Amino acid sequence: MKFRTVRRHLREGFKNIARNGWMTVASVGAVTTTLILVGAFLALMLNLNQMADNIEEDVEINALLELTLEEDQITTIGDEIKQINGVDSVVFSSKDEQLSELVDSMGEEGKSWQLFEQDNPLNHVYIIKTKDPQDTIKVADKISDLQGVQEVNYGQGVVERLFEFNKYARTIGVVLIVGLVFTAIFLISNTIKITIMARSREIGIMKLVGATNGFIRWPFFIEGLLLGILGSVVPIAAILGGYYYLENNISERINYSFVELLPFNPFAWQLSLIILGIGALIGVWGSVMSVRKFLKV
Amino acid sequence: MILMKDVHKTYPNGVTALNGINVEIEQGEFVYIVGPSGAGKSTFIRLMYREAKATNGTIMINDLDMSSLKEKKVPFLRRDIGVVFQDFKLLPKLSVYENIAFALEVIEESPRNIRKLVMDVLELVGLKNKARFIPDELSGGEQQRVSIARAIVNKPKIVIADEPTGNLDPETSWEIMKILEEINSSGTTIIMATHSKEIVNTIKKRVIAIEDGLIVRDEHRGEYGYEI
Repeated sequence: MKFRTVRRHLREGFKNIARNGWMTVASVGAVTTTLILVGAFLALMLNLNQMADNIEEDVEINALLELTLEEDQITTIGDEIKQINGVDSVVFSSKDEQLSELVDSMGEEGKSWQLFEQDNPLNHVYIIKTKDPQDTIKVADKISDLQGVQEVNYGQGVVERLFEFNKYARTIGVVLIVGLVFTAIFLISNTIKITIMARSREIGIMKLVGATNGFIRWPFFIEGLLLGILGSVVPIAAILGGYYYLENNISERINYSFVELLPFNPFAWQLSLIILGIGALIGVWGSVMSVRKFLKV
Repeated sequence: MILMKDVHKTYPNGVTALNGINVEIEQGEFVYIVGPSGAGKSTFIRLMYREAKATNGTIMINDLDMSSLKEKKVPFLRRDIGVVFQDFKLLPKLSVYENIAFALEVIEESPRNIRKLVMDVLELVGLKNKARFIPDELSGGEQQRVSIARAIVNKPKIVIADEPTGNLDPETSWEIMKILEEINSSGTTIIMATHSKEIVNTIKKRVIAIEDGLIVRDEHRGEYGYEI
């Protein structure tokens, strides 16, 4: 393909946007509506996912050591724990530290616990974080098998249910997003198909004049790309504006540690890029697929 | 230049349009195709620019064998054949200029040459002052002249016209015929299907009559031969 032909296809693609007037408006409208939906839903799901991650990351394993251990035995156990697959960090917390933490966490009432400082009944503890929170239970089981570990705590019972719940929530989220994107593809490519169907006769004429399929397809490719990009302008503006507003007005009022919106920068920008990508892709796909049907002349 | 040997055409719905056509047309000839409606004229013509494919038989166009011509090569065949349609088949949203230029953009002609060639051909068909009009703003005769201009702008060896005067009043029809004769006089083969007794009997050329899918008459300087 010569450069002048590339230029010609670009020019024709742009001109077609103008030539088709209301058909263009209809296509851009369809892209806009569906992308706003997809965008809002993506923002919601990704934030919920982040919150679930935050909760899961708070999960840690406390390995209580037997009281009789010598210092070098404690070190050995620490090394053994580090060897276990999936362990991210191991922090030693002496029984004195454990006590002062306990005292702090009890507030006023905790003061009475300070009496134990002379004769601390608590265990030395290793605090373990796993690389993947989902490995917590597996790793905890292995640690509890180690010689010298009296007990492991990781919120047994609650953690299993939390992970279970998060797993389902994520699966449902992914299914919903995929479903939504497919609906968007279907809706948009159908609208574009209608605008191209109106031009099926023109495509036939072009073929009779000696145009190759590629020659006919390129301007449609450009046109679809433009439709997708034009259609994502409003959704991107809505996402940037809406997210900026949410972050500045809502998130400050919610004070749970794990309810924290993903930061505007870079999240809102990334999301905009995704929306633009989806828009462009669907536009091109809908356009090129629709032309294909009419090329057999 | 155009050679058909024992050509049959049966459409998928079972209708047999051509039933053993044998014909040879030399470069530079002017040929009328006549015959009653539904006799196979249109099919005969459509085989030549490969809008239809023969069921049986051999068709050679410009030394290309139609039966072995790959689908991908069809556009290149059509660039050597200008086709003029009864319903003009102009691109409705493009101007007269753009419609004609399209045939040149397809062969990747340079923009400067496109300008020159389009203006030359518009001069020939007498529409230089209407280059910026869109087809809907033109009369039927003018649209047909645009269609002819598009068909001849890249200097094809053959021009095929399927009832080019079918939708036009007599006076305009004569103008169209004058243009076609002019093109023919520069060595281009012209094949024209028509129902016009006046044209065939006045501008005497070779006449091929098709009836029931067969050539029933083929005479040089022939007559129309049918009563309307």
